[in-house]
Amino acid sequence: MMTLASFVALFLLGNLAVAIYATAGGRTAADRMLVALLFGSTGVGILALLSVAVGATGLIDVALVLALLAAVTGIAFARRAWVEEQADDR
Amino acid sequence: MIADWAGGALIVTGALFYFAGTLGLLRFPDVYCRLHALTKADNIGLGCVLLGLALQADSVALACKLVLVWPLVLVATASVSYAIAQRADTLGIEPWKQDPP
Repeated sequence: MMTLASFVALFLLGNLAVAIYATAGGRTAADRMLVALLFGSTGVGILALLSVAVGATGLIDVALVLALLAAVTGIAFARRAWVEEQADDR
Repeated sequence: MIADWAGGALIVTGALFYFAGTLGLLRFPDVYCRLHALTKADNIGLGCVLLGLALQADSVALACKLVLVWPLVLVATASVSYAIAQRADTLGIEPWKQDPP
């Protein structure tokens, strides 16, 4: 079952890589922020899977920190950083 | 043994939900729809993965810790999604509507 956990972690990593690659270029600030949040939620999943796969339970704490940081980043973006938007791109 | 199999099935289900969330994030037409895909599908995926891992965990303490990550992430994502949607609305971004045929 540990092999399953590492395989799913690899799948999630590929998922994340494709999302970052597809959005890294020309879309709006909000989309790039959403991919950063995707990094947060997928990262928590990957870290939890890895903590079981390699037996390092400390990785769950890292996952908790990542979840909190993603939340703080998202709110800081919405409150402070996102100030303008071109009329025609969503 | 049954817990192991159920846990494995839950982990695979969670991976599929993650995939659906990423697909939605890349394909949906505007920021509100993308927010919806990101914050709902991904969180169900995370919940399934964590529940599956908890079913396979060696000790009860570890299982509880794994499952307790989920409520935290749910609360955090709900706040973030509200803040971003509110900001998008304030900036005057119109929600996407299907063109009439």
